[in-house]
Amino acid sequence: MRRVLFTLVLAATLLSGPLARAVQPDEMLPDPAMEARARAISKDLRCLVCQNQSIDDSDAPLARDLRLLLRERLVKGDTDAQAVAFLTDRYGDYVLLRPPVKPATYLLWFGPFALLLAGGGLLLWRGRQGGKGRAEAVAPPLTAEEKAQVALLLRDEDEGKGRP
Amino acid sequence: MIPELGHYALVLALVVALVQSVVPLWGAWRRDGAMMEVGRTAAYCQFAALALAFGALTYAHVVSDFSVLNVVENSHTDKPMLYKVAGVWGNHEGSLVLWVFILALFGALVAGFGRNLPATLRARVLAVQGMIGVGFLWFMVATSNPFTRVDPAPLNGHDLNPLLQDPGLAFHPPFLYLGYVGFSLCFSFAAGALIEGRVDAAWARWVRPWTLIAWSSLTLGIAMGSWWSYYTLGWGGWWFWDPVENASLMPWLAGTALLHSAIVVEKRDTLKSWTILLAIVTFTLSLMGTFLVRSGVLTSVHAFASDPARGVFILALLVVATGGGLLLYALRAPILKAGGLFAPISREGGLVLNNLLLSTACATVFLGTLYPLFLDAIGGGKISIGPPFFNATFVPLMVPVVAVMAMGPLLSWKRADLAGVLGRLKIAALVGVAAALAGVWLAGTKPVLALLALGLAGWAVMGAIVDVAERVRLFRIPLGDSLARARHLPRGAWGTALAHAGLGVAVAGMVGTSAWTTEAIQVLHIGQSVDVAGYSFRLDSVGEAPGPNYTARRAVLTVTRHGDFVATLAPEQRFYPVTRMTTTGAAIHTNFFSDLYAVVGEPAPDGTGYNTRFYRHPLVPWIWVGSILMMAGGLVSLSDRRLRVGVPLKRAVPRAAALPPAPAE
Repeated sequence: MRRVLFTLVLAATLLSGPLARAVQPDEMLPDPAMEARARAISKDLRCLVCQNQSIDDSDAPLARDLRLLLRERLVKGDTDAQAVAFLTDRYGDYVLLRPPVKPATYLLWFGPFALLLAGGGLLLWRGRQGGKGRAEAVAPPLTAEEKAQVALLLRDEDEGKGRP
Repeated sequence: MIPELGHYALVLALVVALVQSVVPLWGAWRRDGAMMEVGRTAAYCQFAALALAFGALTYAHVVSDFSVLNVVENSHTDKPMLYKVAGVWGNHEGSLVLWVFILALFGALVAGFGRNLPATLRARVLAVQGMIGVGFLWFMVATSNPFTRVDPAPLNGHDLNPLLQDPGLAFHPPFLYLGYVGFSLCFSFAAGALIEGRVDAAWARWVRPWTLIAWSSLTLGIAMGSWWSYYTLGWGGWWFWDPVENASLMPWLAGTALLHSAIVVEKRDTLKSWTILLAIVTFTLSLMGTFLVRSGVLTSVHAFASDPARGVFILALLVVATGGGLLLYALRAPILKAGGLFAPISREGGLVLNNLLLSTACATVFLGTLYPLFLDAIGGGKISIGPPFFNATFVPLMVPVVAVMAMGPLLSWKRADLAGVLGRLKIAALVGVAAALAGVWLAGTKPVLALLALGLAGWAVMGAIVDVAERVRLFRIPLGDSLARARHLPRGAWGTALAHAGLGVAVAGMVGTSAWTTEAIQVLHIGQSVDVAGYSFRLDSVGEAPGPNYTARRAVLTVTRHGDFVATLAPEQRFYPVTRMTTTGAAIHTNFFSDLYAVVGEPAPDGTGYNTRFYRHPLVPWIWVGSILMMAGGLVSLSDRRLRVGVPLKRAVPRAAALPPAPAE
């Protein structure tokens, strides 16, 4: 049984989103503008029982429930932010595919750009250092073995010239 | 009998790998030619043993031997032959067999083609390759035996997951693994060079073909995976920033950086320490890609607990490989001397910038993939990281990569004239503007960012063309002379231009489909039609269509534009009775500039209509055309003469020249 379970998990892991059939015609709102808002919001909300799928492209029953709930909120007159807050109040930040910027995620959000700056800074600094007084590095002399190989390669090169 | 032979071969390969990882290393230390030679023999033996094991497992799948558990769990007599074969690697144990088989293949290739490598380096490379083999074979023999028998044998199997029964996915894993495992050689070469204490232009040349093979395969593997999700998932999404996808993207980014930094080592004898580190990191990321995906740790911590033995083993292997590689690096890298100097504006400078950006992009994907795990582990709460995060971080990092890419090959070594290069790229800038204007003409002025990105793609593609045109002095000298120069242009230059143009084409495809997809989701009755971006989709009929091991409900649609016939589309919903799963077969009509994409799903709740969804995806085929161009660029570059120095020489090398003299003691 454990093995079967593992296989299932593997299959599920291999395949990010089996059978994503997403939003169904009967869920959609009659007002196209409001429906467009709902679609845009639901693209950034996570289906909580899926593997990294948004509720917009998941066909899990829970995703459908969330889509309907979201539309219900919009129909009741919520703004986009209010509708999202309604969901985060109940499901936490886990429901957001765009993690909020807060102290716990500073590393996540600013890490890449800090890294870029640090890397660039390091390069500039080393460039300055290298420019001061460091002469061209001298290649180590060839060993006898390497000299033999050079001779061999050069001979091969000469023979190669006749070929197209 | 045959499965037992396979199992025996697997154990034999483990023993041989042990020999391969010890004897040549010791031989290299003692300058003992005979002991070093054991490395080559062992590499051939390991390859033969694993070919036997792989063959045995394939045989069991092909003849549907249901006394083998692996076949029972992943096969069925009704399954088409293609998927019986693909089923070999469509599961945990079998994919590991494929992995070690490819590892042994690369080992044997080094043994065969590496005849002009210094004997000590070759021995050390093969030894490290052997160690990787030991880790994997041990893991398999201890926890994941593919040849386990079942008694009594069931009458039939459980069938392969229907989603895997697809031509795109059948060959996706082998190419992905060719990439992952190919980078093992870069790792082995890096470790070997660190032990030798010597990294030079020759080393960079020896590593380059293997990097190119791995990179090209990985490019194709990733492209096939994204193509598969495009046509299977039912709405045309081709990339989801899913942990599994990210696991393959990270080694690709690091490998791309490695490919470029190795050029600097080869041409200018500098950036050596960094290149070695990249080689180690790239393979580590490949290992992570292989392992984290199957351990399930990325998506669900519970999968780890489903088989603790495997999980712990996987972790240990990762730690040993990464830790060992980095420790060796820490100990030995300081002895590598820096080589030639260069000004910031130079070919070297451009390649350094490329490396800085690609490494940061790779680190970003790493952060985005593992951060939720990290935060949860330190008790920081559960968060999700999805496409919006990557769009906000990864994409801005890649924009300068594409922008600088066009200039890079035109910069000269050591010190370059930026104004001159930009002057020569004037026409590329014009093409970029033209591409953006074409976007405005076809799709309007929104979104502006997409139009700019389209311009960037045009700039990149034309930049690659300008690079070749400059090299052959097109229109500056008579055309005949230009053609003659083109014939003698190094293949590496053609490869660069192809790959760079390919990335530009792929970027245009990504932008087009992300920004300008049109969709229509509705219930449609037979005979009704709906308009999508000027195309009219009419539902003609829905009927049953039998398949080899499934039954399909096939809809027939007629697409017209202004009353003129465009295409007939026949999307399917396939039901696989053995696994009781349904898959979507989208119907796609392409005219190279855009795809019409149709899915007809379940009958609607009202009982007479069907849930349908139609899309027009502009430029989407270019994603895969571009990927194929990139892969082709890698292969063309591989055929460059300067790399063929690595192939066997026509004449046998005198033994004395190939073996270093033993040190007098």
